[in-house]
Amino acid sequence: MPELTSLADAWGLAPAVLAVVGFGVGLGTVFAAVDHVVVTGRPARGAVEPVRGALRWLVQQRRTTAAPDRLLWRIGVVAVPVLAVLSLAVVPIGGRTLLSTSADLVWFNAMETLLWAAVWLIGWGPNAVPALVGGYRFLAQGLAYELPLMLALITAGLAASSLRTTDILAAQADLWFVVTMPVAFAVFLVCATAFAFWGPFAAPAGADIAGGVLSELSGVHRLLVEAGRAVFLGATAAMAVTLFLGGEAGPWLPGPVWYLLKIAVVVVALVGVGRRVPVLRPDRFVEVAWMVLVPAMLVQALVVGLLVLAGAYR
Amino acid sequence: MTDTVVLQLLLTVAAALIGVGVFGALSQQSIVMVMMGIELIVNGVLVAAASAWFFLAPERPDGQVLVVVALVVMAVEMVMGFAATIAIYRARKVDMVDMATELRG
Amino acid sequence: MGLVLTDGAVVAVVVLGVVAVIAGIAVFVVDSMARATFALLASFLAVAGVFLVLDLTYLAVVTALMMTIEMAIMVVFMIMFMMNPAGLMPMTMVHNARGSAAVGAAVFAVITVAVWTVDWPPRAGTPPEDSTRQLGEAIMGSDMLVMIVIGVGLFATMVAGTVLATHRGRYDRFGADLDASRPDDPVRGGMPR
Repeated sequence: MPELTSLADAWGLAPAVLAVVGFGVGLGTVFAAVDHVVVTGRPARGAVEPVRGALRWLVQQRRTTAAPDRLLWRIGVVAVPVLAVLSLAVVPIGGRTLLSTSADLVWFNAMETLLWAAVWLIGWGPNAVPALVGGYRFLAQGLAYELPLMLALITAGLAASSLRTTDILAAQADLWFVVTMPVAFAVFLVCATAFAFWGPFAAPAGADIAGGVLSELSGVHRLLVEAGRAVFLGATAAMAVTLFLGGEAGPWLPGPVWYLLKIAVVVVALVGVGRRVPVLRPDRFVEVAWMVLVPAMLVQALVVGLLVLAGAYR
Repeated sequence: MTDTVVLQLLLTVAAALIGVGVFGALSQQSIVMVMMGIELIVNGVLVAAASAWFFLAPERPDGQVLVVVALVVMAVEMVMGFAATIAIYRARKVDMVDMATELRG
Repeated sequence: MGLVLTDGAVVAVVVLGVVAVIAGIAVFVVDSMARATFALLASFLAVAGVFLVLDLTYLAVVTALMMTIEMAIMVVFMIMFMMNPAGLMPMTMVHNARGSAAVGAAVFAVITVAVWTVDWPPRAGTPPEDSTRQLGEAIMGSDMLVMIVIGVGLFATMVAGTVLATHRGRYDRFGADLDASRPDDPVRGGMPR
């Protein structure tokens, strides 16, 4: 395996971090724009709406509640975008990751589990019922999606015999992993929408509880959380392309173009399908996750394990 | 400063975590808080095992395996602790007479 | 004997260690149960940071991952069982605080004295290039027995925990003769039955 240096080594730490943050914000903006277009059906306004919305939240006056737990609330609000960017730190950009650790997949997973704490804190902080109910709903949802997500991530690592995302990219030179692990690909996208509590998994921020965890957020806080969520969804699309769709691999066009093209396709597919499915209740999703997704992922991992033994990925 | 001093500093941190954990586990009345004390003790074990691995025998995996075992011990402690707490709570709630006598006192 | 960590790494390790201890003390000082739980999480995350500096990447992220989930679940129980979860009306729920503090301090003192008086051996060997691989090969090879025992232990824990915590058995769900076509559950679940 040729030794690839990390982005931080190649460009210096500060430019690399800036690049990753910029990439994340770009991904988040694209996701929000596509989302808006799909929901309203007006392409012209969709492109500017995320920027407009962000500016509106930026100047909006903040409101607060009686006796909030300000410290924990703020920690939760700031953690969401920070974790989204940190999860991007192990997603390859131009074939390199910001951090090249020997456990990239677990890092991505850990950033997403820290989101459990962050979202619950956003629900706990304002000392308001709908927000707290939303926080609890997110934990219930977390118990549902966590195991299938872990199994989906680890299946890709299993095939590449490495937890490093750059190694996983290299292992897909001949065959994209989506061919041999379609179940893992689908489960990864489902679980990723679930941890970003978006689309069919938006119950923690559901309309039936007046916006749930988002209900008491205003101004910059609202912007940070919404942006963090969008960046997380964009990072997920980039991670899905990396793990299952061969990253930059593709004929004729240069690598980065293919990479962005594939991310765009995943985002459009995710939003197109996700916005057409009704919101799932977490209590129902838990049973589906444990009775259907976990066994399906175990079978998928078994198949991939047998293929590894047969030498299919060499 | 030598490596040994760094190791000793880290082990002191581990000792402090264990000491705080022992205090918590002994002094708290709520079962859940007692469990947090025990978790802190195991947290100290994590620090000690990892620093022993790094500064004494990094060539052998034993220190790392010990950290894994400590993590599992923590998970088991959590599960059994909460299960026992729920069982006790359920039994007490059924036993309303007992609670009423306590209230009368 | 030279220094294997850079100066910056030594400072980072010591600072993170102190943060871990302060967060650990905060667990028993703060009034709010949510804050206590997240102080404990902060202590674990600081320890995970120590692991990162010591080049134990996998164990660092796995500690962060497991402990975050654990604390997220723990906070639910804390708030469920404690009378004063948000700490808005401060109260103390301790017994024999002075004796416990003495025992805790004694434990700390004994270990610390031992740590600073023992003649530590020099470092044997160098860290592997990839500590994650070292651990993986150990638990899937030379130390596999540990992993087997852990697996069985965790499975037994799951079964025992569920048995202890649930108050409904199959007779509650399917009736006295176990002949109900669909279980009578308080929450229906999402599977078609």
